[in-house]
This record gives sequence, C-alpha cells and structure tokens, in this order.
Amino acid sequence: MADATTETPLVDVRHLKEYFPVNTGFFKQTPLKAVDDVSFTIRRGETLGLVGESGCGKTTVGRTILHLYEPTAGEVIYDGKPIKTKEDLKAFRTKTTMVFQDPYSSLNPRMTVADIVGEPLDVHHMYSSKEEREEKILALMDRVGLNSEHANRYAHEFSGGQRQRIGIARALAVNPEFIVCDEPVSALDVSIQAQVINMFDELQDEFGLTYLFIAHDLLVVRHVSDRIAVMYLGKLVELASADEIYDHPLHPYTKSLISAVPIPDPRIARANKRIPLQGDIPSPLNAPSGCPFRTRCPYAKEGCAGTMPELDEVSPDHFVACHRVEEINS
Amino acid sequence: MALLEVRDLRTSFFTDAGEVKAVNGVSFNLDRGKTLGIVGESGSGKSVTVYSIMQILAPTGKIVGGSVKLDGQELVGAGEKVMRDVRGNKISIIFQDPMTSLNPTYTIGHQLIEAITLHTNRNKQEAWDRAVEMLKLVNVNEPEKRMKQYPHEFSGGMRQRVMIAMALACEPDILIADEPTTALDVTIQAQILELMQKLQQEMGMAIIMITHDLGVVAQMCDEIVVMYAGSYCERGTAEEIFYNPRHEYTKGLLRSIPTLDTMGQKLHPITGTPIDLLNLPEGCPFAPRCDNAMKICIREAPHSMDINENHKASCWMNVKAQLAEAEAGVTAAEAAAPADPQEGGEA
Repeated sequence: MADATTETPLVDVRHLKEYFPVNTGFFKQTPLKAVDDVSFTIRRGETLGLVGESGCGKTTVGRTILHLYEPTAGEVIYDGKPIKTKEDLKAFRTKTTMVFQDPYSSLNPRMTVADIVGEPLDVHHMYSSKEEREEKILALMDRVGLNSEHANRYAHEFSGGQRQRIGIARALAVNPEFIVCDEPVSALDVSIQAQVINMFDELQDEFGLTYLFIAHDLLVVRHVSDRIAVMYLGKLVELASADEIYDHPLHPYTKSLISAVPIPDPRIARANKRIPLQGDIPSPLNAPSGCPFRTRCPYAKEGCAGTMPELDEVSPDHFVACHRVEEINS
Repeated sequence: MALLEVRDLRTSFFTDAGEVKAVNGVSFNLDRGKTLGIVGESGSGKSVTVYSIMQILAPTGKIVGGSVKLDGQELVGAGEKVMRDVRGNKISIIFQDPMTSLNPTYTIGHQLIEAITLHTNRNKQEAWDRAVEMLKLVNVNEPEKRMKQYPHEFSGGMRQRVMIAMALACEPDILIADEPTTALDVTIQAQILELMQKLQQEMGMAIIMITHDLGVVAQMCDEIVVMYAGSYCERGTAEEIFYNPRHEYTKGLLRSIPTLDTMGQKLHPITGTPIDLLNLPEGCPFAPRCDNAMKICIREAPHSMDINENHKASCWMNVKAQLAEAEAGVTAAEAAAPADPQEGGEA
C-alpha cells in the first residue's frame, strides 16, 4: 500500500460539484446542492465503497464522475488526463461503465438479451463482422453465467439475479477498467446477493477492474471495499480503509451509522450499544450552514455553524471532516 | 394457552395460470409480549401468511386449510363481522412502504381520528386527544401542529411513526409489522426498531415481524420462523436458529450474508434461482437448490421434526443425522458408512 499513494490514481475527483436547479417559486430557482465540493481518488485495482443515507448524493457522485451529468464545477482526472473535449469523453466512455441499482427498469423490455449486451459494442463499433459481434456477446454472457439459449429471450423472462447478470454483461462489453456499481445488489434477495457479490470479486481479479461501489448496506460495503467514503448531505465526511472505518470511526456521523447496522448474530446484536441520532436528514435545498451534520450531531457546538470543516488527514490515509474530531476522540 | 395459534395454514391464489400455493402449511405460536420473526426471500409467503391471519387477501386469494386461533377463538371461517372486530382492535398491521400506505388527500389527524372512532366509542374530541397522545408516544414533535399536516409534509421515518401510532391507537394485542424498516435508512431504521421495542415494553403487545434482514431479526426477535416457497423450514428461538440451524436453507442463508468476519473471504451463496410457485416440486421445495439433497428429498416433502423443545425443522438431513447417531451407538464400523436416508423417510 505504501507505494500506492505515490502512483497516479486511476480516478482523481477534484472539488466536484453538481447542482440541480429546482423551481421553488414563480420565476425563482434554488440550486439543490446534490454534490458539494467532493474530492477523492480511486487507485487502480481497488474498490472504493461509497456509503450514506438516501438523498446524500452518493448516486449523483457516481453519475457525475462518469459525466452522465455535466459537473457544475470541479473536474475528474482519469488516468492522469482531464476530460475536456468530446474526444476525451468518448475515449473515457470506452473505459468506464456503470451497473445500475434496479435490474427491472435498467433493461429495455423490448430488446433481447443479446441486443442489450451487444448495444455498447454497436455504439463503440467494437466488431468487424456480425459473427464477431455474436461471438463477443456469447462470451460475455458465458462469463456472467448465462447460457447461449438465453440470448434471444427478453428481460422479463428472467429473475432479479439473472437480470443483474445481464446488466453486468452489458457493463463488461466495452472492456472497461473502471465500473461504477450503483447499489447493484440492494434489489436482490439475500441468497442471490452473495452470488452477485462473488461475481464482482471474480471479475475484479480476472480483469483488474476498479470499482466505485455505492451501497447503503454497510455489511455488504465492508465486505467488498478496500477503502470506504462516507457522505452526508452532499459532502464527504470521512474516508479511510474499510477496517479503519469500522474499527475506529472518527466522525460522529460515521460512528452512529456503524452502530446502527443490525448485526446478524443475536448475542452481538443485543449487546450492541447504538448511538442514536435525533431527527431526520435536513433537506439539501435548505442545508445547515457550516458543518452539514451539526443539526443532528450530539457533539455540536456554536463553532460548528460557522464554516464547513475541511477533510483533513488525521492519521495516515484516514480523512475526516469535523471541527471537533480531536476533542471527541480523545 | 398461546395468544395466537396458527396450525397448518394454507392459502392459495387462483390465477389464470393455475393455483399458486403461496402458503403451504405454516404453524407457529405467539405468546403475549413476545416478538416473532418471519424470515424468507421474496415470494416465500411471509406476507401472505400474515394477510391470511388478518384475512385481507386479494380477491383471488383464499385460505384453503388450517386454523388460526386468537385467544382460543377460531378465525378461519369466522365471517366478516368477527374479522372487523379483530382488525385494528386486536391485531393491527403496519406496512412496508410508509410512502403509499397513508392517504395523501387527508391530513394525518383525520386519518388517525378515523381509525380511533371506528374502533372505540370515543367522540371526536376524545379521539383528537388520543391521536395527539399517540403521536407524542411515537416521538413526533409538535403533535398538535402535525395533526393538521398532510402525509407529503412528513419524511419517511416520520410517516412510519404515524403508521405505528395509528396501529397502536386501539391498543391491539398483536402488532404485525410487514418489513417496517425496509424502505428506511439505517439510522432511521435504528430509531424505529428502538421505538417498537420501547412501546412493546410499555404496552405489552406481541409483535410479528416480517423481514428479509437477518440483522433486524437477530436484534428484535425471541422466536423465528424461516420460510421458503410457502412452507416453513424451521422455527425456534433466535439463539437456536442462528447458532444451531437444522435446515439446509437456513444454513445456506446464514452462510451467504456478509458479517463482520467475512472481510476478504468469498461468500457462500445458495446456488440456483428462487422457485416457481406454480410448479412446486413433489419433494422438499428447497431440494433443487440444496447441496446435500438426497433421493428422498426429491421424492417426498419432509415433515416437521422436533430437534428439541424450542426447535422444529423440516429437513431430511435431521433424520440422516439421527440415524447416523443411532448407528454409531451400535457399531463404530457401521457408523462410518453413510446412513440410508430412505429408511428415515418411512420411519
């Protein structure tokens, strides 16, 4: 890991902002700050987990990195090169893809499985003959555990787990280096989740893939991730290795989040001390000044309302954005 | 006597494609003040089980057998008049999705008061007071103001609190919670689960908790029923189910979830895909996905076997284990040879 910090990261996200205009009155628009000044890097071959509650902007981060949304500000540097021109973007899109959360709505019901998996090949002109296209499609389907006889069926004929396999085959079609996995297992049954998680694991070993793994199930994220980033209201509040986040969370939000995870073991679950949070997440249209978490934070003081805390490296490779991190953890 | 006794409950849906045996012989008991968890994947029949208890099935659904006794009173075939008295009064339910289970065109207060006046003799003013009191109980701030607001003005966690307030307003004996926290975030989930535990201690009702989240079950439940394809695989105390699972499906389920110890290891998924309820196999419904399936598993559905006084399981592997134990007692040499499971089936 020591030299990993010195090499160029595969994905370098710098001060990324994504604001959506929302009509809040007649002729009046307020920006909804879905992602507000987020910076982090993803190293080649690692899995970065991104966790947070619904509405915290984790999906928007994933989509903005892939430029499915045009960033409002900030930049994404991929493999040392910024993405500026249309050509850059096109080249970028042959190396990056996405696996979506909902395997029911992310597959076109009017297309056969072969056409769904083959569409990225068509878009990027990645074959020279019809035979080659078919060969590639069957190889992809085989890789994710689908039979060749499935090729001419439609998405509705498959179960949730199989549909997610189709989505993964489609993502693999462009030979990507980097995949944004947006809650890829949360719509699946427990017994199927493990199949898909293992497949992500195998594909990473086989093709040297890099993942941004977005999820709200913290046990799943801990299982797949090398490092974990925690988001709250459009901001990054903590970033560290998966073990460090679980064993030594420093931000009060992370602490509470981790303590709230139901552990599937009755003795541990009942002995577990939860750190309860009061209230709900504020609306991102009307985010609190200063630290976004201060309205629910048990340690909040007057100073927290002033400025947004910076994401500081408090110990090697452990970043926290909290004004009172030292007092709280001493 | 148990508060609720469900015996061999069978519910089918009669569709154009044929009979769907959604619940196929489920039995359990629920005592006062206890929490029972029903676990299973989607389509395993856990929701239909409780809908059958309350008799709020879709028109195509019908209870085709078994018995449901509440406080000794038989509910199956008891008629709509009896059921109207049971629903909301003695048994109430909170649904999975707090976004769609409140009527968006009425205020929260109106909906709470409606539930209260329907089931008690309170007049409007008394019902209003009771509604405010209930909102206070579930930790809704400024309840008087909140009574006049519409559901869209509430967050997901707050709506689920309102649903709980409504369900508990008539002090039911049993609260059924159908995936009450699945749509919520973890920190909100923790708040709601804690609230349910607190209210259970104060009001002494029994809870039936339906969920697919084994973590929630481990935290909340005294007893657990594990369901697969409409039948129950296993039931027992939480400790027994988690630390001494005796059905291959439960074992597989526990192996397939990531825990604190599985970092960097491969998970052990259950192979195959969930079963088609229209074409249930003759034998054990889990046999097609079971790694240890034997001949008898494909031929004959296992009956419920007593593991100990707190634990029942429907799996032929237990017979095999018993036989192996018995044989080990006779000669050590015979014990080394695998026991013939077919003998166990007829025994």
